[in-house]
Amino acid sequence: MLTPALYLSAVLFVVGTLGVIVRRNAIIIFLCIELQLNAVNLAFVALSRYTGIEGQLYVFFVMTVAAAEAAVGLAIIISIFRHYETVNVDKFNVLKW
Amino acid sequence: MTEILFVLFAVVATGGAIGVVTGRSPVASLLFMVATLASLAGIFVLFEAHFLAAIQVLVYAGAIMVLFLFVIMLLNLGHDYRADLKFGAWFLLSLVVVGLTAGVLVQGLTGTDEAGPRGDGAAVAAALDAAVAEKGAVGVIADPLFTDYVVAFELMGLLLLVAIVAAVVLAKPRNPEAGE
Repeated sequence: MLTPALYLSAVLFVVGTLGVIVRRNAIIIFLCIELQLNAVNLAFVALSRYTGIEGQLYVFFVMTVAAAEAAVGLAIIISIFRHYETVNVDKFNVLKW
Repeated sequence: MTEILFVLFAVVATGGAIGVVTGRSPVASLLFMVATLASLAGIFVLFEAHFLAAIQVLVYAGAIMVLFLFVIMLLNLGHDYRADLKFGAWFLLSLVVVGLTAGVLVQGLTGTDEAGPRGDGAAVAAALDAAVAEKGAVGVIADPLFTDYVVAFELMGLLLLVAIVAAVVLAKPRNPEAGE
């Protein structure tokens, strides 16, 4: 069952990548990044049946980092919304050349 | 039975992922994401990772998704789908990028086989099942976590503390009297 799980992981990762590229809503982009993290988590869990418990430990670490990232990222989105009154990523382009 | 459940969960997870990308309102995308996370938790159970399945439901589908929902509600973003998708040249470029990513992933995957990366998949799986039977689903993760990986674990706690402080500082309204 390893190969189908890895293919599912690849599909989820690609769909997440597509979402990050084509959407403009910053919150949806964040959700798609979480989707990519989960795709990698699935690959880790599937491979842990073949390489030992470390795969599951890394998933635990990834989840913690994802929680921290979501908290800080959403705080940044709130801060941006307060400034620009929108979460459309095309609207805050100060760093763009 | 396991294969049938896997296919079921995989279909729900993929459909949910597509729903996240195509969802009209952010709340709909979020609910699709919860479906994806729940079915991934089911797949974790199929791979005997019971503790991670519980964490996935409690922390991911519970806490993190509620945080997203809370921000969506707080900023009142339920209804601005127009001009959200990028079309035209940008969309074509994104399809090229996604196609290349998919190609690289498939090329990397065609080398794997059921024997596993080290060729002793069945032995490792049997050892893992024996450890779960001996220490329990939590103990088998907690044991290396508090011995070999204890430094990483403590750093993780520090990371969470930094994240909490950073979130409070970033989301705090600017005080006009402080001369910001």
